[in-house]
Amino acid sequence: MMRLGRILVYVFLIILALVAIVPFYLVMVNASWPAFDIVSSLKLFPGAAFADNYRALMAHTDIWRGFANSLLISVSYVVLTGYFGSMTAFGFAKYRLKGGRILFSIVLMSMMLPSQLSIIGFYFLNLRLGLLNTYWPLILPAIANASAVFFLTGMIKTTVPDALIECARLEGAGELRIFHKIVIPLVSPGIATICILNFVTSWNNYMTPLIIISDSRKYTMPILISVIKGVYLSNYGAMYMAILISVVPIIIVYCFLSKYIINGLTLGGVK
Amino acid sequence: MKGKKSQAVWGYIFILPFFIVFLIFGIYPIIYTVMLSFKSWDGFRPMTDAGLANWYRLLEDDVFIHTLGNTLLIWIVDFIPQVLTALVLAMIFSQMKIKGMSAFRMTYYLPNLITAASMGLLFNLLFNGSGSTANQLLCALGVDSAPFDFFNSPAFTRFLSSYILWWMWFGYTTVIIMAGITSIDPSLYEAAYIDGAGKMQVFVKITMPLIRETLIYVTITSIIGGMQIFDVPANLTNVNGDPQRAIMTSSMYIYVQGFNNYSFGYASTVSLVLFLVIAVLSFLSFKLMRRNEA
Repeated sequence: MMRLGRILVYVFLIILALVAIVPFYLVMVNASWPAFDIVSSLKLFPGAAFADNYRALMAHTDIWRGFANSLLISVSYVVLTGYFGSMTAFGFAKYRLKGGRILFSIVLMSMMLPSQLSIIGFYFLNLRLGLLNTYWPLILPAIANASAVFFLTGMIKTTVPDALIECARLEGAGELRIFHKIVIPLVSPGIATICILNFVTSWNNYMTPLIIISDSRKYTMPILISVIKGVYLSNYGAMYMAILISVVPIIIVYCFLSKYIINGLTLGGVK
Repeated sequence: MKGKKSQAVWGYIFILPFFIVFLIFGIYPIIYTVMLSFKSWDGFRPMTDAGLANWYRLLEDDVFIHTLGNTLLIWIVDFIPQVLTALVLAMIFSQMKIKGMSAFRMTYYLPNLITAASMGLLFNLLFNGSGSTANQLLCALGVDSAPFDFFNSPAFTRFLSSYILWWMWFGYTTVIIMAGITSIDPSLYEAAYIDGAGKMQVFVKITMPLIRETLIYVTITSIIGGMQIFDVPANLTNVNGDPQRAIMTSSMYIYVQGFNNYSFGYASTVSLVLFLVIAVLSFLSFKLMRRNEA
């Protein structure tokens, strides 16, 4: 009885795992068959048309340009998040600020703001600032990343000893130098986690670039993917290839960093 | 003693960039959106005062009500199975020794990382047309009425949106609930087992009440995200949420009103009402879940 129960549990777990993976497998399979074959019979194993589909895709879409654009944005976003996130956190964690509590609760509250709902105002702000069709609106908000500040404040409080900071001060180190030479190295594992999680968020961001970027040469990956249906109509092979290129880098990164990512998930809100 | 004072100044300097950027990119757009909700503006000609016209219009706008209904329906049909799946998985992972537990968890979480826009397009390709993979599969399995015209059915398209969201989020919810479970003091379980409680009983009577905070967190963040859902339905069919606007969510409606119809005033009003809906739903679920346990 117990044994049967265990087997059923494993069957359940494996079915769910298949449910999670099969769509990705189908992307890979379908990206390797000619468009005509995909729609004429069911394909469960990879074919030989990888190169043809790739060529068909590249004929109308510079997917690697979109890839590079997304990479540029996400890396910049993450660098700002890590640097300014830990700087703000240092300010909150180690200085006696008048009104510090209120300011910190503003940070917490801003985490709950549904940002997508002020998208109209966000658009006109960037119109006025002359930032439409630039990457600044996608990058600069990283400086005010509340969840990074929230998490890193907690981390700095527990991992950076006050005595160490005092000691550095006595030796004549300035505050900025203390931040750079003591705080950042000590919390670098936390910064790394924050950076990985925000990289994914920034990479997948869809609505903001959709309204900000109209020059197709500046499109990010998600935008390229979303316009692709109109470009290729029925060339399914090319479209599956595009999806594959947008998906594979994340899967590869995930294989190496899954521990960081999964542990990092719980930093956001659960005590 | 000059140090103390200049140190405090440095504290403010360190938190200053955050607040400057938050004011510009976080607060200003909100204020501007509120202001626009009382205006009539196409973005080009001079703005005119509209008083409460946008708000009256919204009260009689069947399409908005329809999109709100879609959003709620898609969210509920996703969220309930999502939490149930996550609870079952969390129960299995916390009560049994499962070989390859972290590999399973890693697999379940994978869909959450992938660009939602890509996933919308992917499921479109898998289901669209008589030669789509889904139809080929159904034909191969000998389903008589296949191939189906899936995206001609509002009910199916809605269900598929919910399914994609469930697929993308059940792993995440499992990870969060498991984190809540690991923070429970193990001695509580021991006491229960000594008293002869079964595993199922322990989960329902001890674990569930103790992860209430976690469940509240999951619910509220899911409401905030789910009520704004945009990427998946917009890429599953189109930004109008066809067929027959079956999967047009309120966020898509805001986008269409603003950036396709150039009714920026009205789009702002819709944004604010959606914000209120999110606030009320979050508040209600918070109250409800707090009270449920006494």
